[in-house]
Amino acid sequence: MITKRKIRTDCEKATFLIEKRQMTKLTAYEYFYMKFHLTFCSMCRIFQKQSKLITQITKKILHLSDKSKFKLDEKFKEQLQALIEKKL
Amino acid sequence: MNSKLEDKEIHGESINRRAVDPHLWVSRYADYLYRYALERVQSEELAKDLVQETFLSALEKLMDFEGRSSEKTWLIAILKNKIYDNFRGKAAAFIHSNAQTGIDQERVFFNDDGHWNLKYRPLAFGLEDPDAIGNKEFHNILQKCLDKLPAMWLAVFVMRYMEDEKAQVICKELKVTASNFWVIIHRAKVNLRECLQKNWR
Repeated sequence: MITKRKIRTDCEKATFLIEKRQMTKLTAYEYFYMKFHLTFCSMCRIFQKQSKLITQITKKILHLSDKSKFKLDEKFKEQLQALIEKKL
Repeated sequence: MNSKLEDKEIHGESINRRAVDPHLWVSRYADYLYRYALERVQSEELAKDLVQETFLSALEKLMDFEGRSSEKTWLIAILKNKIYDNFRGKAAAFIHSNAQTGIDQERVFFNDDGHWNLKYRPLAFGLEDPDAIGNKEFHNILQKCLDKLPAMWLAVFVMRYMEDEKAQVICKELKVTASNFWVIIHRAKVNLRECLQKNWR
């Protein structure tokens, strides 16, 4: 049986649910579990805040690419062209 | 009536003929496809291979192209499939290697009872959210931490944040079970957060 004490101490499970909640709906039980844990655990409250922040910035970093200037080198392009001509 | 129909057919055919021209693919799309791949796989060599594979499969599928989408959209769709194939391989390797070694890489972050290992417990970054979002140095550190992640985790982030795929779709594409998927997401974030804390504070 899962006791309230267990819920209070299981940060691994709580952080798991914090992550899951960012992508999908939790069951009522899972939601209660997470909320109850967070009431008692300041470390996981920090985790939750930082996790959301990381999500936000990661999104930004992945989209904001400095690769927009990257180009294939001409030699590789020539090889590609030759390959296509051969197959046609 | 008849001549109208003929006109239409001729017209349609000429559009299709114009729509696909493999002779021009390299000059028109190679750089674009390369950048698209590079943003998602982070390796120049792999991105090159993917572009080449895309052109080769497109040549094989030339007959299937119906002109419903533009040539560029069609090529991107093929490339995206190739990228997901690659991600799937990484997922399989990741799950296989974890099953083999039996090492739970996350365990160190939590004690047996699930409580934070105090060595790795979350501490405040000492930076308010709006500041962190605009802080270039913070971005750079996060970028370095992202680069250190196993390829599989990065693949999940790319699908999640760049392609905005739903969990179900990612599971299907990567051929991982939902429960494995949540474990992966959780581990990736716990690792990433720790890396950020270690290098920022």
